[in-house]
Amino acid sequence: MNDIFEGLVSAVWLVISLDPELIEISVRSLQVTLGALVVSCAIALPLGTFLAIRRFRYRRLTISVLNALMGLPPVVVGLVVYILLSRSGPFGVMGLLFTPTAMVIAQVIIITPLIASITHQAMRELWAEYHDLLISLNTSQRQRIKTLVWDGRRNLLTAALAGFGRGIGEVGAIMIVGGNIDHATRVLTTAIALETGKGDFSLALALGFVLIALAIGVNICIHWLSRTEQEGRW
Amino acid sequence: MTTILPLTLQDVWVRRRGKRLIGPVSTTLSGDGITIIVGPNGSGKTTLLKVMHGVARISDGAVNWAVPHSEAQHHQGYVFQTPIMLRRSVADNLRYPLQLRGMKKDEIERRMADWAQKTGLQDHLEISATRLSGGEKQRLALGRALIRRPEVLFLDEPCANLDGASTRDIEALLTEARDAGTRIIMTTHNIGQAKRLADDAIFMLHGAIKENGLAEAFFETPQSTELKAFFRGDIIA
Repeated sequence: MNDIFEGLVSAVWLVISLDPELIEISVRSLQVTLGALVVSCAIALPLGTFLAIRRFRYRRLTISVLNALMGLPPVVVGLVVYILLSRSGPFGVMGLLFTPTAMVIAQVIIITPLIASITHQAMRELWAEYHDLLISLNTSQRQRIKTLVWDGRRNLLTAALAGFGRGIGEVGAIMIVGGNIDHATRVLTTAIALETGKGDFSLALALGFVLIALAIGVNICIHWLSRTEQEGRW
Repeated sequence: MTTILPLTLQDVWVRRRGKRLIGPVSTTLSGDGITIIVGPNGSGKTTLLKVMHGVARISDGAVNWAVPHSEAQHHQGYVFQTPIMLRRSVADNLRYPLQLRGMKKDEIERRMADWAQKTGLQDHLEISATRLSGGEKQRLALGRALIRRPEVLFLDEPCANLDGASTRDIEALLTEARDAGTRIIMTTHNIGQAKRLADDAIFMLHGAIKENGLAEAFFETPQSTELKAFFRGDIIA
């Protein structure tokens, strides 16, 4: 109990004193995860919507695979990306291993299936609701996708936030491909793992609280920006 | 104005998974006024409407308008039994079909305001359409279908689950649309409503047209025993 209290106190102190190292680590955490989120959304949102409204031969198989990939173990993803990016791997010449870019790549692989799957679920329900009307109004494929994405934007936001949540708290993959190098690839989660290993619980806890605060902060920000959950809105 | 009528159905069959839904159905719709389709549940009323509207695939036969299908599609509207509301404001629901056409903004606004007035929703423009009451939703759905000024309007039991006042509002909008020249084809379970609105009527039974004719003869002197029984309120299997 004492450890937790001390952790809280030092967390507050770290934030108040604007500890440069804390800020550096936090900003890198945000950069990596938000970068991965942008790339993932660009892939997953159209993919999920497409899967919801188009019928094609291997659709069911694609969806099952996608759902299975949601549970992809980050450590394994990290390992595979490590092998691909290592000197002897196929992309070794690009020299990406142990850089934030490698961490973004690993996170994209982890969160894309999650976002695509949630998008697909949400869009499928909306499409079932709108289907008859949009067919009757003689809409084109483009108009349908546009309508669904616009009217389902709040669900898509939820999908994106779920992806962000998984990314920001993830440690297995980025530890392997990033290497937790001070001033280069150290982020909040890897720093917590390191400090815990060193036995510095109060610093580890402080970083933990900062991480949680960061996740909550980003969620609130996005909700506020998109004005969800307000009276008279959806 | 060129007209998309007459609509001709020739020996139309609709089968799903080997089961016959309707067929054979042959009929011609032309002129103006309101055609009412009556019949028990499962007699194929909705399927018939959807076939006419072109959203249900037919297994056999032919459905022909006076113009090519793609053009005819542009001049039709359809109102569903359970109104489908876009998750947008009332105003945006009314704007939507016009926006699909790429109509000019000021024209869209003018028509939207006009139809908000007609449907009595002018005070609810900015609230979410999903929060309207059942009667308001159906009025909005009707307004959204009529805002494109369709030549032909299909309605699938638009007053099911509505109370008297809401039904009267819908009927007022329908007679107004008819007087403005819209050809209306609707199904109903309410014989009173059928009598109030119909210019002519069709009786569907077991997936086929059992009897049809002008309203007066249809309601006053039905020919088939089934239709007589239906009007009496008997349950016909």
